[in-house]
Amino acid sequence: MSKYHQKISHQEAVAIARSAFSTGRTKDVNFRLKQLRQLLRMYEENNDEILLALKKDMRKSKLEGYLYEVELMVNDVREAIRHLRTWTKPKWLRKNWLTFADKGKIERVPFGVVLVIGPWNYPFQLTLVPLCGAIAAGNCVIVKPSEVSVHSAAKMAELIPKYLDPECYHVVMGGPTESEELLKNKFDHIFFTGSIQVGRKIHQAAARHLTPVTLELGGKSPVYIDNTVDYAMAAQRIMWGKCMNMGQTCVAPDFIICTKEVEKAFIAEVKNAMQAWYGSDWKSKPDLARIINAKHFNRLKSYLLNSGKVAVGGGYDEDDLWIEPSILVDVKVTDPIMQEEVFGPILPIVNMNSVVEAIKYINGRNSVPLCMYVFSADRGVQSLFENHVSAGTFACNETIVQFAIDELPFGGAGESGMGTYHGKFSFDAFSRDRACVYRDFSYLADKLGVFRYPPYSVLKINFLSFLLHHWKKFNITYFDYVPHLICFLLGIFAVFLYNNIHDDN
Amino acid sequence: MAAIVKSAREAFATGKTLPMSFRRKQLEGLLRMYDEGKQEIMDALKQDLRKTTFEGTLYEIEILKTDVKGILRNLKDWTKEEQLPFNALSFTDNASVHKDPLGVVLILGTWNYPFVMALQPLAGAIAAGNCAVIKPSEVSANSSATIARLLPRYLDKDCYKVFEGDVTATITLLEEKFDYIFATGSVAVGRSVMAAAAKHLTPVTLELGGKSPTYIDDSVNMERTVKRILWGKLINLGQTCIAPDYVLISKARQQEFLDVASKVLAEYYGDNWQKNPDLTRIINERHFNRLKKVLDATKGRVAIGGQTDQKDLWISPTIIVDVDPATDSTMEDEIFGPILPIVNVESPEAAIKFIRNRPKPLALYIFSENSDLIEKFKTKTSSGGLCVNDCVVHTGYVGLPFGGVGTSGMGNYHGKYTVDTFCHKKAVLQRGISAVSEKLGDSRYPPYTNGKIKLMSFGIGAIHKFDVTYNKFVTHALAAALGAGILFAGLALKSL
Repeated sequence: MSKYHQKISHQEAVAIARSAFSTGRTKDVNFRLKQLRQLLRMYEENNDEILLALKKDMRKSKLEGYLYEVELMVNDVREAIRHLRTWTKPKWLRKNWLTFADKGKIERVPFGVVLVIGPWNYPFQLTLVPLCGAIAAGNCVIVKPSEVSVHSAAKMAELIPKYLDPECYHVVMGGPTESEELLKNKFDHIFFTGSIQVGRKIHQAAARHLTPVTLELGGKSPVYIDNTVDYAMAAQRIMWGKCMNMGQTCVAPDFIICTKEVEKAFIAEVKNAMQAWYGSDWKSKPDLARIINAKHFNRLKSYLLNSGKVAVGGGYDEDDLWIEPSILVDVKVTDPIMQEEVFGPILPIVNMNSVVEAIKYINGRNSVPLCMYVFSADRGVQSLFENHVSAGTFACNETIVQFAIDELPFGGAGESGMGTYHGKFSFDAFSRDRACVYRDFSYLADKLGVFRYPPYSVLKINFLSFLLHHWKKFNITYFDYVPHLICFLLGIFAVFLYNNIHDDN
Repeated sequence: MAAIVKSAREAFATGKTLPMSFRRKQLEGLLRMYDEGKQEIMDALKQDLRKTTFEGTLYEIEILKTDVKGILRNLKDWTKEEQLPFNALSFTDNASVHKDPLGVVLILGTWNYPFVMALQPLAGAIAAGNCAVIKPSEVSANSSATIARLLPRYLDKDCYKVFEGDVTATITLLEEKFDYIFATGSVAVGRSVMAAAAKHLTPVTLELGGKSPTYIDDSVNMERTVKRILWGKLINLGQTCIAPDYVLISKARQQEFLDVASKVLAEYYGDNWQKNPDLTRIINERHFNRLKKVLDATKGRVAIGGQTDQKDLWISPTIIVDVDPATDSTMEDEIFGPILPIVNVESPEAAIKFIRNRPKPLALYIFSENSDLIEKFKTKTSSGGLCVNDCVVHTGYVGLPFGGVGTSGMGNYHGKYTVDTFCHKKAVLQRGISAVSEKLGDSRYPPYTNGKIKLMSFGIGAIHKFDVTYNKFVTHALAAALGAGILFAGLALKSL
């Protein structure tokens, strides 16, 4: 018997959602806008309760809860509301004299019933931003928040049915066993955020139903630092990314590659920054979150004890699920901490002496990182990493921020994931292109198509080949330049008017 | 197999596929291959499928050439880095989207249009900067051998490898890790490919199939309708993934359809269809037997055709009526042959309901002159693509994506869509390192205060308002300036 009490079973929720989708109401843009406005109200009216749940789950501070969850969610849904009508407009094909009677367009259509599985580290943001995209694209959605962030999951299960259409959008609860059962249902798209290991299971479950997926996974995001940087700035920007949510961020800088010389200067500045931010009593500061649970705590504690040497921090408190922001040096690539994503406030430094060595190592790991971070003032170095290292995203002289720019597609490659989202890309993730061609039976249009019919002849082959070769020349492009023509005439008119006024005077 | 993939990986690691000049050279090589190898390609198609010169030229070679030419013409535009508009609030920074190649991709072709199915995806993969392993279908053995023989002559041997082999060999090949898999084939093949890909978290595009319904409304011009449907059905003897699979029509118009069909078939193929050189053949005995079984087991009435000849791998263009859609052999799987079952529906609504109750097709065909009805079909059904008052041709329109949904597949390709399929859009952020740039972002650092929350909140919320999209209107402004300049110069000259 599942310990997750639900009013209805998973199968029933999916069946209701399917039935709701087949009524066609989510395809109406006005319906979608209404749901999105409700989602916005949900965020605005329950701000405090959301922050409280985050505090209970991992002692997330008010600033981080507000800015890195609520604010991002609010902006995301506002942008969707602002642009939805544009996003849903079909794209018409350029007209061509050879097929001038025909119309071709590309429509963006929803998948149907989609599944969104959220993680525990930014439980609201990483579950509800995908939900917003799914709603905007016209789908019905089953949402499964992570059971690890207990309070956040419960809050979502409580709020969503109050604000959104309860037939189209369902929250289901459960742990690994319940999730396995849930995945036996057929979905039209699955959006998963979480670990690589679980991502593989999701991909395999989806393969059984030929369900397309978007996977936002993780991996070790390397940071390369060279001696052209301002060490104070680099230390602040990197440690800001590392300390946020106590390092439990999929885009956090995972490990550093630099020379010993850079390491010394970097660590000195890190100590300055930590002193400025947290003083000497880190633990008492409300700005740092906590590790989510004992399992992750133990994993991180063992890194502190069995990888390299502690150069900064090193403290821990099991009862408080507290790990002090720490830097490890003399770390070898074979050490335990270098085998999987750290996902905690420990930053190992691996020494390498050249860009080439660093790139070779990163590419040789056979695991494309979600982010590649380069701290260098040298454009050449930046360019080398940008062009020769495969990564989901890339940032120079910064960490994390590329995630927050919603005009940039956010997603991984290789093991760090597949597909992208944020802003319009979320809408794109949850919809597909459907090509529609409208022909008619008019005499002229038919005559042009008649050459394809048997009996075949060399003449027909030559004629049709000719048309195909020169197709582009028949494109009707003058429409593209009508605005320019109007501007040109306006320019003439402006001078004409000026001249007349001038003459009168 | 592992050696082939390893070699392609090593080639990719050298970075030689990154420069535009390299990609252009390879694509030009493909184009030359289609011209110089034309005879070899046509011979292979004739040996595999008895494909006619007409169909081989237009539906394989010309399609490939047009596609590569389009990619070459647009190569720079389709692969260049896209800059985000300049933002005044983050003016020290630069954000863009860089189109990264994926690495080593696997392309699994199929046997019905063996060159197009293997090489059209390849052109996009090359344009996006990848290395590729191409596995043509062993069922079209001569075409597979021709691809294996021609490709190394025209393309870089280290980067693009052809792997020939049977089903067992393919399964072993799929155990290797690829950075993308593009597969065309049956639904069953799609499932095994995705399952194998999932072990390595490899993304896929699957071009599968299904039964493409063809609805004929009472309002249409029957002659043009029948000509177009029979044309689409009989190219490659029905072995086309987007062939109209079955017809939905009212009982009242059925006889007219059959009468016109007889006339049209006579026009197309004369008296002796088996002797007509324009019809291809079934690919092999396995598929011939499959189709014969469907024909023998049907409980419908064979109204036209029905003849078969095993030695010749010949199945006559056949139309079957009085088909019970729930139980008939013709209505189970994708036919993929020259047999056209007709299912009677009493109304368009009944047709829509019928289509909705079945797996999502790769293509949906509606023959009607009633635009409200067409709109209704479109909004109430789901399909990879849709074509009104014709069939198959919709895949030839330059600029339209081609792909399936549900069991008919996932992902899209053709032209720009192929290039997009094979690249990763990497978000790139270059932050400024000046003191100004640091000041702009320092409210995020601890200790956290309410003041900082307010300031950053404002920044996050308002940032879009600071986008400066002047780029869009520069050419318009120039046109206005040109107009003004010309008149001004004219007036100045006049007054001299």
